[in-house]
Amino acid sequence: MGLGYLLKRLAIMVPVFFLVVTMVFFMIRFAPGGPFDGEKAVSPEILRNLNEKYHLNDPLLVQFGNYLKDLVRGDLGPSFKYANRTVNELIADSLPVSLELGVTALIWALLIGLVAGGLASMKPNTVWDYVPMSFSILGICLPTFVIGPLLVLVFGIWLEWLPVAGWDAPEDRILPSLTLGFAYAAFISRLTRGGLMEIRSQDFIRTARAKGLSEARILIVHSLRGGLLPVVSYLGPALAGIISGALVTETIFNIPGLGRFFIQSAVNRDYTVVMGTALLYFTLIFVCNFFVDIMYALLDPRVKYE
Amino acid sequence: MKLLSRSVFFAAALSLSLLSGCTCSRDAELAPGELYMGNGAEPKDLDPHITTGIPEHHIQQNIFEALVSVDPKTLAPVPGVAESWTLAKDGRTYTFKLRADAKWSNGDPVVAQDFVYAWTRLLKPETASEYAYQGYYIVGGKDYNTGKSKEPKLGVEAVDDRTLKVTLVNPTPFFLGLLYHHSLYPVHRKTIEAHGAKWTRPENIVTNGAFRVSRWETNKIITLVPNEHYWDRANVKLKAVHFLPIENLDTEEKMFRSGKLHVTNEVPLEKLPSWQKDTTGVYQSAPYLGTYFYWINTKKKPLDDKRVRKALNLAFDREQLVKHVTKGGQLPGNVFVPPGTGGLQVKPMLPTDLSRVAEAKKLLAEAGYPDGKGMPPLEILYNTHEGHKKIAEALQQMWKTNLGVNVTLFNQEWKVYLDSMRQMQFHLGRQGWIGDYNDPNTFLDLLVSDNGNNRSGFKSAKYDALIEQAGKEHNAAKRLAIFQQAEEMLADELPVIPMYIYTRNYLKRNDVKGWYPNVQDFHPLKYVYIEEEVKK
Amino acid sequence: MSSAVVVAEKGNSLWDDAVARLKKNRLAVFSLCLLAFELVICLLTPWIAPYGFEVQDLNNTLSGPSAAHWFGTDALGRDLFTRVLYGGRISIMVGLLASGVSVIVGVIYGAVAGFVGGKLDNLMMRAVDVLYALPFIFLVIILMVYFGRNIVLMFIALGLTQWLTMARITRGQVISLRQKEFVDAAHTMGVTGGTIVRRHLIPNALGPVIVYLTLTIPTVVLEEAFLSFLGLGVQAPMASWGTLIKDGVDVMEIAPWLLLFPAATLSLTLFCLNFLGDGLRDALDPKGAKD
Repeated sequence: MGLGYLLKRLAIMVPVFFLVVTMVFFMIRFAPGGPFDGEKAVSPEILRNLNEKYHLNDPLLVQFGNYLKDLVRGDLGPSFKYANRTVNELIADSLPVSLELGVTALIWALLIGLVAGGLASMKPNTVWDYVPMSFSILGICLPTFVIGPLLVLVFGIWLEWLPVAGWDAPEDRILPSLTLGFAYAAFISRLTRGGLMEIRSQDFIRTARAKGLSEARILIVHSLRGGLLPVVSYLGPALAGIISGALVTETIFNIPGLGRFFIQSAVNRDYTVVMGTALLYFTLIFVCNFFVDIMYALLDPRVKYE
Repeated sequence: MKLLSRSVFFAAALSLSLLSGCTCSRDAELAPGELYMGNGAEPKDLDPHITTGIPEHHIQQNIFEALVSVDPKTLAPVPGVAESWTLAKDGRTYTFKLRADAKWSNGDPVVAQDFVYAWTRLLKPETASEYAYQGYYIVGGKDYNTGKSKEPKLGVEAVDDRTLKVTLVNPTPFFLGLLYHHSLYPVHRKTIEAHGAKWTRPENIVTNGAFRVSRWETNKIITLVPNEHYWDRANVKLKAVHFLPIENLDTEEKMFRSGKLHVTNEVPLEKLPSWQKDTTGVYQSAPYLGTYFYWINTKKKPLDDKRVRKALNLAFDREQLVKHVTKGGQLPGNVFVPPGTGGLQVKPMLPTDLSRVAEAKKLLAEAGYPDGKGMPPLEILYNTHEGHKKIAEALQQMWKTNLGVNVTLFNQEWKVYLDSMRQMQFHLGRQGWIGDYNDPNTFLDLLVSDNGNNRSGFKSAKYDALIEQAGKEHNAAKRLAIFQQAEEMLADELPVIPMYIYTRNYLKRNDVKGWYPNVQDFHPLKYVYIEEEVKK
Repeated sequence: MSSAVVVAEKGNSLWDDAVARLKKNRLAVFSLCLLAFELVICLLTPWIAPYGFEVQDLNNTLSGPSAAHWFGTDALGRDLFTRVLYGGRISIMVGLLASGVSVIVGVIYGAVAGFVGGKLDNLMMRAVDVLYALPFIFLVIILMVYFGRNIVLMFIALGLTQWLTMARITRGQVISLRQKEFVDAAHTMGVTGGTIVRRHLIPNALGPVIVYLTLTIPTVVLEEAFLSFLGLGVQAPMASWGTLIKDGVDVMEIAPWLLLFPAATLSLTLFCLNFLGDGLRDALDPKGAKD
C-alpha cells in the first residue's frame, strides 16, 4: 500500500460524494409533506409566499443546480426550521459537542469491550467468560433509551451523585458518555472474543503455546493483531455512528449535539439540514472506513491493496 | 503490548476524573433571583413575524411589549405601549395613544411609525409570515399579503409619533385581544434593515419589552436580562430568566426534581397521577384554550351517513377517557368550544347517562348496520405519539364494546400524517386546536367551507352565514347566541367529535411568585419574582 | 497443516462434525431447547393466552403482578403477560427474518468484494458507503409511499441497514483469509473462484459472522420499535417486545414491571441465542475439531 493507493482512494471520493448529493437531494423531495406543514395549515397564498422566499417554487433541477453551486463554495444553505441560522452554523455549533461525546463514549466502549472480550477469550466457557459476556448481552438488550433513564434514575435522582442532564460541567459528561458507550462496548466485547477465539486456534498460536509462552503473552503479542479484524471492521461505521447517531443520548441528557438534527431535520422536512447532515455523515463514514482499511493492512501484514 | 498499557493508563485517568466528578456537589445552586424554565422545543426564531410556536411565544411575550397587553389574572386588556385608546362609533376605527416613555432596548423611543412598519412587514409577501392572516382584520391587509395590491394601502396610520389610527374591515370584537399575539408586536426597523434575517441574534436584537436577549446557544439556552430602558423597569424584579429547550419530558421532570428548574413546560403523561397526589403544591393544572377532537371524513362511506357519525359520537365515555387515559384533569369534550371562551358557555347537548349508548345502537341500526354488522371497516389515523395512541386504543375498545364496530388504528410520521389529512385519506383523524385568541371565533371558524384547515369535507352555506354574521355583530350577547347556534349545528352535523378540553399541566416551585393561572397560559415575567426565604 | 486437511475432506463432513460437537456443548443444547420451547409457545399464543391482547380494563390500570395478571397490567389495564406472548410472535419473526436478510445479502456481497478485490472491491465498498449515508427515515417513508405498509417491507427496511456492516465484516475476514496457504493451495489445485469462496472462505469467515448475527437480532428487534414510529411495523393495539420495552421506560418509576418483564424476556432469548451462537461458532470452526 503506498501513496498511490491513498490518492486513488481520495480521488474516488469526489464522484461518490456527488452521487450521494444527487441521491439524497431528490430522495427527500419525494417524501410526502413539506417544511411548512404544521398542525395549523397555512393558506395557499401564504404557502406561496413561503415557497417563494425559500426558492422552493423553482423547478427542482434549478434548485439542484443552485444547491450544487452553493455547495462548491462550502455553503450548505439556510435552515427552514431554524429561520435565523444557517446549516453551516448549526453544524459548526453542534459538531464539537458530538465529537467530545462520541470520542469519550468510544474510549469507554473500547476499554470495556476489549478488556471484557480479551478476558473471555482467554478462558472460554468459564466464569471469566460467562460474566463479561452476560453483561455484554444485557448491554445489547437494554438499548440506550433504557440504560440512559436507568442511569439517571440511579445516579442522578436516588444517589444524587451526578447531574441528571446538561452539558456544562465536566461531571455532566460522565453519564451520557457511559450510556452511549455501553451498547458499543457490548458489541466490541462480543466481536473481540469471537475474533480472538478464531485466531487462537490457528497454527502459529499453537506453535507459540507449544513453545511454552504464557496465555497473556500469546494474547497480547500474537493474537490481538489478527483477532481484532472484526472489531476494526465494525469500528468504521461505529465511529461515524457514535458521532452522528447519539440522538437518544442527546435528548435524554439534553445535550446540544449534532445527533438530534439527523432525525429532527427529517421529521421537519428541513431539506437543507437533511442534506447537510447526510453529507457530513457520508464524509465521516468515508474517512472512518478509509482508516479501517489502512488498519487492516497494519494489523495483518498479508493484506495488500493495489 | 503498547496498546494494552495505554488502555490501562486511560482507564486510570478516566476513573480519576470520575471520582473527582463525584465529589462535586450535585444540587447545582441556581443563581439567586434568576428564573430557570423548561421551554419545550428549540425556538425556530425570535422574529415575531416568522415564528408560529408556543415556546417562541413564551420568550417573545417577555422581550416585546404589545400595543395593548392583558392582565394575567383576568385576561382583560390593560395598557401596553399604548396608554389609552378609543373606538369610534362605527366599531371599526381605533385610535391608540402611545406612552411617551416607551423605549427600545437600545434607548430609541417606541413610536407609532414602528407599528406601521411592523404590521406592513407582517403582511408583506416577501416576509412570508405564516401568521399574516392576523393582519387580515386590518383594511387592505389581505389584498397586500395575497398580492392583489402591490402597494401596502393599509388601515394603519401614524398620525404623529404618539398617535396610531387603525381601521378594521369589520367591527372585530376580539381585536384588542389579538394585539398581544406575537404577530402584531412592534419590531425595530433599523435593526432589521441592518442585519436582515440575522437581526434576532443576541448580538443584534433590539426589543421593547421588559426583558432583552443576552445569550442564545442553539439547543442549549436562551437567557433574558431586564431591559434597562423599559418604562416600567422599576417593577421588574427578576435578575435574569433562562429558557432551556428540553424536548424530552422525562428529562425535564428529572431536572425539576433535582432542583435545576423553577418551572417546567409540561409533565410526562405517565407521571401525572403521582404528581397529582403530591401535596407540596408544585403541580399546576389550569384549563387551557384548546380542544382535542377527531375529524370525521364525511366523504367516506359509511361516515357520509349522519346517523353513523352520531352513533360514534354517542357511544363512548368521555368521563372515562379523561379520567383513565389522558389523566391530566382535562374536561370531557361535550362541546367543541372550550367552556368560557370569550364568555361563551355552550349548553351541553349530549345525554350524560347510559341512554346514550342505546340511542347510538338505534341510530346505527337505522343506518343499516345493526350491532355493527355489515359496516365497512373504519380506521383512526394519528401521528405517532404515546398520548394519541392511548386515546385511539381506548376509543377502539369502547366502540367495539358499545356498538360492535371494528375500528383499526394507523399511525404515521408527522408530516406524512399531515399530508394524508390534507388529501382526506382517512376516516377518523385526530387534531388538537389551540385558540389564537380568547373568542369562540378562533374555534368555530375552523368549520367554514373555505377554511384551509377544515378536513371534514363539511360544507354548509348556513353555517358559513352564521359565522360571517357573528363577525359583524356589535352586541356581545347576540354574538354569543349566534355562536351557540353554530355549535348546535355542529352537534347535529358532526363533522368533528370533540374528545376533551385541554389543560396545561406543569410543575412550578413554590418560591416562584407573581405567576397566575389563566386559560391562555400567559405568564408575563415582569410580574414574577422568586421569594428567597421560602427555599426548600 | 490442518487447513489442508479440511480441503481434502468431503464437503459434508464439516457439518457432521459440527453437529457432533454442538451436541457435546450442554449450554448450547439447553439454549436450543429453551428457544424451541419459546417458539412453540409463541406459535400457540392465540390458544393459550389468558386474555386478548387488546382487552382493556380501565378500572384496573397499572396493577402489579398478581395471580390474575402474572406480569401485571399496563396503563390501559391490559394483561402484560398476554401482550408479551403476542409481542414474541412479532419480535422473533422480525429478529429471524430481518437478520436473515442481512446475513445472506451481507455475507455474499462482502465475500465477493473481498475475494475479487481490486477495482470491484473498491466499487462495491463505495456503494456501501453511499448506502450508509442515505437518510434512513426518508428511505422508509418513500418505500411506504410506493409499496404501502406491508410486513415484507418491514423486513426489507430492517435488513437494508443491517447488511452493510455485515458486508464490511465479511469482506475484512475474506481479505485476510484469501492470502492464506490453504487458499493458495486450492488455487494451485485448480479449484474455481466460486468454489473457493463457497467452500473455504465463507465457512472460515463464519465465526465473526455468527457473532455479529447474534448481535444483529436484538438490534433489529429493537429497531422495529423505531419503524413503528414511522408507521411501519406493528400497529397498536398489537405490540412487539421493542414497543413494549419502549413504553415500559416511560413508567419505569411507577410500574417497573412494565419494563422488567419484556426486557427480561428479550434478554433471556438473547442469552440463549448467544450461547447457541457461540456453540455453533465453536462447532463450525474447521480448526477446532483437531484440538
